[in-house]
Amino acid sequence: MVKLILRAKEYEIKPGMTLLSALEKSNINPESVIATRDGEIIVDDEILQDGQVIKLVQVISGGSRSTQFQ
Amino acid sequence: MRQHKLALCKEHYLEWVPEQTERFIKKYNMFTYDEKILVAVSGGKDSLSLWDILVRLGYQADGLYIGLGIEEGIGYSSESHRLAEKFANEHALKLHVLDVEKEYGQPIPVLAQISHRGHGKPCAVCGLAKRHVMNRMARDLGYDVLATGHNLDDEAAVLFGNTLQWSGEYLLRQGPVLPGTPGLARKVKPLCRIYEREMTAYAILRGIDYIYEECPFAEGSTSIYYKELLNQLEIDRPGAKLTFYLSFLEARRNGLFANPTRETETGPLHLHPCPNCGQPTSTSDLCSFCRLMEKARSESAVP
Repeated sequence: MVKLILRAKEYEIKPGMTLLSALEKSNINPESVIATRDGEIIVDDEILQDGQVIKLVQVISGGSRSTQFQ
Repeated sequence: MRQHKLALCKEHYLEWVPEQTERFIKKYNMFTYDEKILVAVSGGKDSLSLWDILVRLGYQADGLYIGLGIEEGIGYSSESHRLAEKFANEHALKLHVLDVEKEYGQPIPVLAQISHRGHGKPCAVCGLAKRHVMNRMARDLGYDVLATGHNLDDEAAVLFGNTLQWSGEYLLRQGPVLPGTPGLARKVKPLCRIYEREMTAYAILRGIDYIYEECPFAEGSTSIYYKELLNQLEIDRPGAKLTFYLSFLEARRNGLFANPTRETETGPLHLHPCPNCGQPTSTSDLCSFCRLMEKARSESAVP
């Protein structure tokens, strides 16, 4: 299995699919994360192999309840 | 990068982001190499990356860190301050620090409680205080321009919110550059056309140590909700966020929201200096920040 880690959450998926497919299967928006393996960024079409651990870096930040002019 | 139909190796990516930033700085006439820039640094990926990029491009850029006093059991402000200092020290850069509690008597969460603004969340007071302090520091320290790390996703989310409410005044003022006026520093957003995902990749590839934890008050925020909605759109329509923002800038330039020759483009009409701090305000007496401070003093004996 391949393990995806996003903050405190972990997802397990079958190996052999692309990173993009793995994210979609896990209901993670690919636009909202950067995937890394051993500290290196990996791209959407990389095929994930059994035993790999993929750390997902959350992209979205800067929360505010005010939507008006910054 | 599907939106650009572009794939780059690490080396070329680390060149591409500064090149793009430089292109937008020039396109929108943000500043020149002769001007002194104050970069508002939060310890996050965008502001530290912006500082990194400006210095690499050869601009005179110093940093400003505002200590908000948001600890909430995770030492959020302490850690972001540490990372901002670390970056400055590693790159031998000048970082100005203003601690809100030391300067104004109370940290942001307490000021927010006193003010009764923001429905129990300090975001409104935090934004008000940051705008006031950034402008004050830029003015008092003699900087020509204040630069913030707002990226395309930030801008698109704000635009989305302002459009949902048809906030005409805010739509008029949103853009890569807010021109300076007497008492108000010029504000610029050099990263306004760079995706948040691209900035995250830049920070990681450049090895910038930034605060990854979100502000504890950001959970459930409107702006994050809007970003998530726009990201869903982006997945289905690559480039949608950029098109949304650029189309808005084009429409604004063409006078969709007001006659572009009117004075309103550079700010609200009838601004006058606050009798206490001197910063421009549209109210007839003290500015919002000074009114907040007055209230804080009266309710908690702040000096």
